[in-house]
Amino acid sequence: MSAWRDFWLRYRRKTSAMIGLVLLLFVMLVAIIGPWLVSADPWDIVVRPFLWPGEDPEFPLGSDVLGRDILSGIVHGSRVSLLIGLAATATALGVGVTVGAVAGYFRGWPDDILMRITELFQTIPTFLLAVVLVAIFKPSMLSIILVISAVSWPAVARLVRAEFLSLREREFVQSCVVIGMSETRIIFQQILPNCLAPIIVMSSILVASAILTESGLSFLGLGDPNLMSWGTMIGIGREAMRTAWYMSALPGIAIIITVLALNLVGEGLNDALNPRLKNR
Amino acid sequence: MQGATQGAGRNRIVRFLVRRSAQAGLTLLAIAVLNFVIVHLAPGDAIDVLAGEFGGADAQYLDKLRRSYGLDQPIYVQLFQYLFNVVQLNLGFSFRNNMPVFDLIMTRLPATLLLMVASMLLSFTAGLLLGVFSARRVNTFADDAVSVLALLCYATPLFWFGLMAIVLFTVKLNLLPGNGMYTIGSNLGWFAATLDVARHLVLPACSLALFHMAVYTRLMRASMLEVYGLDYIRTARAKGLSQRRIAFRHVLPNAILPMVTMLGLQVGSLLGGAVLVETVFGWPGLGRLAFDAILQRDHNLLIGILLLGSALVVIANLITDLLYAWLDPRIEVA
Repeated sequence: MSAWRDFWLRYRRKTSAMIGLVLLLFVMLVAIIGPWLVSADPWDIVVRPFLWPGEDPEFPLGSDVLGRDILSGIVHGSRVSLLIGLAATATALGVGVTVGAVAGYFRGWPDDILMRITELFQTIPTFLLAVVLVAIFKPSMLSIILVISAVSWPAVARLVRAEFLSLREREFVQSCVVIGMSETRIIFQQILPNCLAPIIVMSSILVASAILTESGLSFLGLGDPNLMSWGTMIGIGREAMRTAWYMSALPGIAIIITVLALNLVGEGLNDALNPRLKNR
Repeated sequence: MQGATQGAGRNRIVRFLVRRSAQAGLTLLAIAVLNFVIVHLAPGDAIDVLAGEFGGADAQYLDKLRRSYGLDQPIYVQLFQYLFNVVQLNLGFSFRNNMPVFDLIMTRLPATLLLMVASMLLSFTAGLLLGVFSARRVNTFADDAVSVLALLCYATPLFWFGLMAIVLFTVKLNLLPGNGMYTIGSNLGWFAATLDVARHLVLPACSLALFHMAVYTRLMRASMLEVYGLDYIRTARAKGLSQRRIAFRHVLPNAILPMVTMLGLQVGSLLGGAVLVETVFGWPGLGRLAFDAILQRDHNLLIGILLLGSALVVIANLITDLLYAWLDPRIEVA
C-alpha cells in the first residue's frame, strides 16, 4: 500500500489540487444526500415567483419565473450533471480504450481503419454533432449519455493508441510474447495497467467537458424533459434575465464550481502520477 | 539556380495541395455517408416528420410522397442518390423556410464567419500575450493569477458568460448592444454601419473567445518555457541580450508553432460554440439557424449545417497545414 501513500503524499503537496478535491467532494456530497434535504420535486411550484435570494430564509436561493425553488433545482441538478458526466465518460472510456488498444497493439490495417474513423469523428464539429444527434434521436437521459460518449471517445482512442504503440515495444511485453501469453492477456493484464495513469487524468477532464456539453444541450432545450438540470435552469431563467438575472446566474455558478473542481483534480492527478514532470 | 529551386518549391506545394485536397474530398464524402446513416437510424423518415407537422395524413398519400422522394428505393440506391446530390451541392429542401438548404446556409454563413474570425483573432492574441506574460514571470504571483484566470475560463459555460455579459454591459451599464448584428431600422452610412456591426460583435465574440483564450494562454506558456530551456537561449543570454529581446525575438517565434496547430483544431469547436452564442445574442448566423432547425424539427437543415460545418473544418485544417509549412521550413510539405 506504500504506492498509494506515495501517491497521496505527492497529490496533497499541491494546494490547488487539494482545493479541487474538497470542492469535488462537496459537490458529490450534495448530489448524494442533497435531494433528501430539499423539496422533493424541483418542478413543484412552492412559493411566489421572482423571489430574490435571501428574501425568504425558507428558500435561500429564491424562486424562478413560476415559483419553483432554485436551491432544490440546483441540488437535484447536481445529481443529473454528475450522473451524465460519469456515465458518458465510462462509455467513452470503454469504446476509446478498446479502439485505441486494438489499433496500437495490432498496428497494420486495423490501425489504419480505426484511425481513419477516429479522424473522421474529430473532423466533425463536436458540439454540432451532439446537437444534431440529440435532436434527431429525441432528448432523454440515455440518448444524451450515448451522444456525449459518441463525441468524446476519439480523444481516448488516440491517447491509448499512442501509449500502446510505445509500450508494446518494451521488453516486458516481448517476454510475455515469448512465454506464449495470449494476446488478450497481454493487452488487458500487461499493457493496459501500464497506461492507466494518463487514462485516469483524462477521465476527470472528460467528466468536466461532458458536464459542460450537457449544460449546453439542455440550455438549447435538448435536455431530458423530465430532469431538472443546470442548463435547463439557465434556459428557464433566460426568459426573465433583464429583471431577475439571479435565476440564470446561480446554476451557472454551480457548473463553474463543479467543472473547476474536476479540472483541478485532473491537474493534481497528472502531477502526482507523473512525478518526473513535476518540476516543469 | 535560385529560379530552379523556387520552381521545385512551387511544384512541391502544388503536389501537396492536390494530394491534401483529394484527401479532404474523401473525408467529406465519408462524413456525408455518416450523415446518411444518422438520418436513417433515426426513428421515422422525413415523410413521417412532415406528416407529424401537418397533424397526420392518410397512408396512401404518404406512400405517394415516399415514392416521389425515392424513399421506397433500396437503401443503397438512396445512399448513392444522396451522395450524388451532395456532390452537386444539393442538400435537400427546407420545407419550413421554403428554400433549398444550401442557399439558406449560404445566406447565414457570412455572419458566422465574421463572428468566428473575430473570436479567433481575439483568443489567439489575448492567449499569446497572456502566455508570454506568464512565462516571463514563471512561478510568481502574476503567473499564478493568470493560471487561475485561465482555469476559470475553462470552467465557464460560454452561453452563461454571454448571458451575464448582457446583464452587465447591456442591461445595467447600457454600454453595448446585446441582441442582433445591427440596429434595426437605422439608415447609416457605410462607416457608421460598420461601427454599428462592430459594436454588436463585441459581446458575442468575447463570449466565444473565452474558452480558447484559456487554451492558448496555457499552450503558449508551456511552449515558451520549453523553448527557454534550449541551448541557443543560453547562448543569447551569454551574449548579454536583454530579457525583453530574448523573449520576443528568440523565444516567441519558435514557441508559436503549437499555437498555429491549435488554430486549425479550434474551428470545429468554434462552430459548436456558435450555436450557443448565436442563440444567446440573436446573431443571425449558422448557429442560430441550427437552433431554429431544432425547434422546427427541420432535420434536413440540421444535417446540411453539420455537413457544411465539417467542410469548414476540413478547409481550415488545409490552411493550417500550409501556414505551418510556411512558418517552419523544417517541415516537409510531402
